Amino acid sequence: MGITFRKETFRDDFTFKNSPEHIRRFPFPFHEDAYMYAVNIEPHVVGTKGSVLENLIDVDEHYVAEMQDRALVLAEDPLRCQSLPHMTLAGWDLLELLMEQQALGYPEHFTLTRNGDRWRWINRPLGIDDTFTFGDTSTLPYGPMEYITRQSQGDFCILDQRDGNLWMDAGMVTTQADWSLDFDIGMNFFEWHAPVPLAHEKGIFTRALKFLTNIQQGKPARRLNWTMTINPRLDTSPENYHKWGPDRTTVTPENVGDKVHLRVELQSFWRLPRSNGIVFPIRCYLIKMDELVTQPKWARRLHRVIRDLPDELATYKGLTRFRPTLVEWLSKLDDGSATSPGFGPD
Amino acid sequence: MSTGTTKLDVVVSDVVPVNDLVTRFHFRRRDGELLPTFSGGAHVVVEMRDGERTRLNPYSLMGSPLDTREYTISVRRDDVGRGGSLFMHRSVKPGLEMVISYPVNLFSLDLRAKKHLMLAGGIGITPFMAQTAQLAGEGGNFELHYTCRTASLGTYADVLRERYDRRIRLYHDDREERIELDRLLSTQPLGTHLYVCGPAGMINWVRDRAASLGWPSEAVHFEHFAAPQPGLPFDVTLAVSGKTIRVGEQQSLLEAIEAAGVDPPYLCRGGVCGQCETNVISHDGKFIHNDHWLSEEEHRSGCKIMPCVSRFEGRSLVLER
Repeated sequence: MGITFRKETFRDDFTFKNSPEHIRRFPFPFHEDAYMYAVNIEPHVVGTKGSVLENLIDVDEHYVAEMQDRALVLAEDPLRCQSLPHMTLAGWDLLELLMEQQALGYPEHFTLTRNGDRWRWINRPLGIDDTFTFGDTSTLPYGPMEYITRQSQGDFCILDQRDGNLWMDAGMVTTQADWSLDFDIGMNFFEWHAPVPLAHEKGIFTRALKFLTNIQQGKPARRLNWTMTINPRLDTSPENYHKWGPDRTTVTPENVGDKVHLRVELQSFWRLPRSNGIVFPIRCYLIKMDELVTQPKWARRLHRVIRDLPDELATYKGLTRFRPTLVEWLSKLDDGSATSPGFGPD
Repeated sequence: MSTGTTKLDVVVSDVVPVNDLVTRFHFRRRDGELLPTFSGGAHVVVEMRDGERTRLNPYSLMGSPLDTREYTISVRRDDVGRGGSLFMHRSVKPGLEMVISYPVNLFSLDLRAKKHLMLAGGIGITPFMAQTAQLAGEGGNFELHYTCRTASLGTYADVLRERYDRRIRLYHDDREERIELDRLLSTQPLGTHLYVCGPAGMINWVRDRAASLGWPSEAVHFEHFAAPQPGLPFDVTLAVSGKTIRVGEQQSLLEAIEAAGVDPPYLCRGGVCGQCETNVISHDGKFIHNDHWLSEEEHRSGCKIMPCVSRFEGRSLVLER
């Protein structure tokens, strides 16, 4: 019973790996042999058993290692976690949501007991057993958002909703694909999406904002996003660009399979009940090419997607430097046969 | 309807007359669990099974968000309205099983505010009952000015006075007491947010004065208690579902669409949230828009309609539903 948590690293010696079961549950993001932006938002409901959607907040074999990596990032740079003063209530909302969902999905690892405002939280994988008063920040070692997101996989942006817009006013962001909470904090939806090419012209952000501001309590939504990362690095922040940026020049035909990782973000959107804010968990999944191509359908399809990606998108996603090497390597695994519909492996 | 809101199965746990016009209804969950947490200013949509007809009316939650064992709403009886409030007053008794939506908040507090200045008119007091409870629990700074026709129709004025004392100011129309709005608005500390809920005339008055006195629109929040207005019956063709329907005098376009078995999304049913926005494919006649969602330009263009509150007078109307 329970998850066997891996001992692994996302830096230095890069021992991160997916077990064979985890390769098959990887949220492969391409449902056809091409990729273009779409407002690909759907209701966030429980999916197939064994998939990353088995629970609405997913905990997997990388949990303990990811939380250790997060602690290292925060020790070096506390600004990865920020909350403007009016967002404390939303932090309590998030604490409740994550404790509830983790305890519900993984009772062997997490237990939440409430006695009025007196709550007890047991997190066995991290060896935590704390009793605190819900709503009283002085009874926790950190603010409520920081406390719970140091114990939850993925990044978290908490958005305040006002004036018909969403404002990024709090967050815990340590596993991001080249953007910075410290830069974006206090920005509204259009401001923090300003660098994204092509999508503004298509009116995608206007439609997406309309959808998001209407997200309701009890009806979360989700979408997938993706990019690629060299080496299994969780922290690919602008602050640490000097560490991971040069990695892109190290891809060779010999090491593609080991170095190049598909990075998929499962983003979900939840209305928070007390603050009326929206929380936007961004859960990052990594898989190296050698692991991904164990599923022949994914190998064929990824080859076609990366080969045909518009240049602007390839540039925005930072693939330019190693794309030819990757496409060449993947082409050998593409026999030209048709891929079956849907995301899953055959 | 399922596309709009998530539902809660509740039982009416109490019905309490408050004064000549207003009755309070208490709901608990049928399964005995706690109701979902909400934030001050939220409403629920109450489904009323009135014979053949299903009525759906939004009402503000007025209990404390800190206690979700029950939800409470207050309903003002409208003898010349479309019948929802009369149904609540006449037919809803303790023990009745009902269905309500999850809470939705279209009138939420701006938690950045240094001070919350609240203006209520009549039954517009209800969202402030929850907001003041929420703010008082957090030690928030607020002040509420409440205007009503007579002392006996000052719904919950006594409760508020007892709870919050000098933070509540009452004004009675029959004593010709009137909010000194300009003085009030021009003497607030920087960082104050203004909230107003009440009749349309009051909301317009407060918004206009606030704008003239230099209040930024981001600091002025309002909630209309806009029920759909009755009007002449009209016919509509729904292009996607291939139905032609008649909208009755007392029925809203949204209700008629729902009665025809089409399930459009909605949230507020009062013309403010934008959820039920529908494209007009063709029309020959005049729109009576009534909503606060579409821009003036969109109203003039005749390309969009908000079926929850808007009506039509003319020969033909085809909608994309």
